[in-house]
Amino acid sequence: MLDILSDNWLLLLVGQYPNGAMGGLVATVGLALISLALAFPFGILLALGRISTIRIFYWPSTAIVYIVRGLPLLMFIFWAYFFVPIIINRPVGGATTMIAALVIYESAYLAEIIRSGIQALPAGQLEAGRSLGLSYTQTMRRVILPQALYNTLPSMLSQFISTVKETSLGFVISVHELTFAAAQVNNILLTKPFEVFGLLALTYFTLNLILGGLVKLVENRIQIKRTMIVQVT
Amino acid sequence: MNYTLDFGALLSNGYPALILGGLMTTLKMTALAWLLAFGLGSVLAILRMLNRRPLNYVIALYVAFHRNVPMLVHILLWYFGVAALLPVALNDAVNQWGGEFLFSMIAIGLVTAAYVAEDLRSAIRAIPDGQMEASRSLGLSYLRSMRKVILPQAFTIAIPPLTNQTLLLFKNTSLAMAIGLIELTGAGREIESATFKTFEVYTVVTALYLAVSLLLMLGGACISKHRLAAAKR
Repeated sequence: MLDILSDNWLLLLVGQYPNGAMGGLVATVGLALISLALAFPFGILLALGRISTIRIFYWPSTAIVYIVRGLPLLMFIFWAYFFVPIIINRPVGGATTMIAALVIYESAYLAEIIRSGIQALPAGQLEAGRSLGLSYTQTMRRVILPQALYNTLPSMLSQFISTVKETSLGFVISVHELTFAAAQVNNILLTKPFEVFGLLALTYFTLNLILGGLVKLVENRIQIKRTMIVQVT
Repeated sequence: MNYTLDFGALLSNGYPALILGGLMTTLKMTALAWLLAFGLGSVLAILRMLNRRPLNYVIALYVAFHRNVPMLVHILLWYFGVAALLPVALNDAVNQWGGEFLFSMIAIGLVTAAYVAEDLRSAIRAIPDGQMEASRSLGLSYLRSMRKVILPQAFTIAIPPLTNQTLLLFKNTSLAMAIGLIELTGAGREIESATFKTFEVYTVVTALYLAVSLLLMLGGACISKHRLAAAKR
């Protein structure tokens, strides 16, 4: 196993780069980062729609969330593969397709996380903001969302781990990421599939274990901060 | 956009049978992987409750490994890796029967089992200790109290997260198309590449996925309501 790693570590780390597109582990993390960052504003909008009492905001956002929850990510990838070139009127690469699919998919999941964060806040927060003369939008922006987003930070980081795992589906449409790189290595070696894919699994395992540790750290931080606030008041 | 919709093209060449066959494969895989996931998941959760040192670490490692590595990588590891380790005769027999189905079913079932075990564990921990103490004092053995008192209550609490796992499992069966299984997504891809009626095929496949998903969500909600009402009586 170690000799596979020492022979192919560069391919697994960055793919064909600099002779081609960035690939491997770096592309996996990059795809997840870009997708989740782009999905974040959409997630907030969907969450606000989900808690809205105005029907034209509530129904479409609820429909989107349920549709996304009911479909495999793979279907979004194939839809994006078909639709994105039509919409922007030129052929696009696999990475763009993957990001488009992930942004839609993650928006819905982020929306549910943010919504639960908003609903976990005491109703008095919104009422107090409104009584102080802030408009609904101002209350949301200055009072509710800062608290809700801060409290849901651990869940959103866990969603980042899920996104890292989901980028592996890019393999199906030949996006140059970690799983694709491992499949390439497997095609070169041919005789050691268990070692190659075992190594791939261990790589994801280590990466996500580190990210999971980070989530725990942030969780503890927030917990400590919260109990301090309670003690002061 | 010069694109004329032509759903009629999907009605020839045995395409309806291909789609339906794909749907059946998807449903069959969902059912079998579900049994594996929930059976193994329950066993793991119960064993974890025994709180024996070495066993705990083994189960924790199992759960961490399956939750931190993408499901697609597990499928590739089983289909290419584990298959290569099997004796030739056994491997031939498996391939004759359909290795794509068997290995992706095992991989999907084992991964979901880790999630189910965690959901059940947190549900069991939510049951007050007095329940176990009471049934032990009434003369039930540990296993009997688990089976007759603790687990039925734990399952009731865990229905919402378990519904979610069932839904995810159903959606994740689409990953098997990456190793060439003709399930619902695979059937859609097959027809798409033969007819180029991308929009029409994906619409049909999407509608089928959504229909089953919504049924699963509805079913979970119904069972949860029913069980909670029964528990209150």
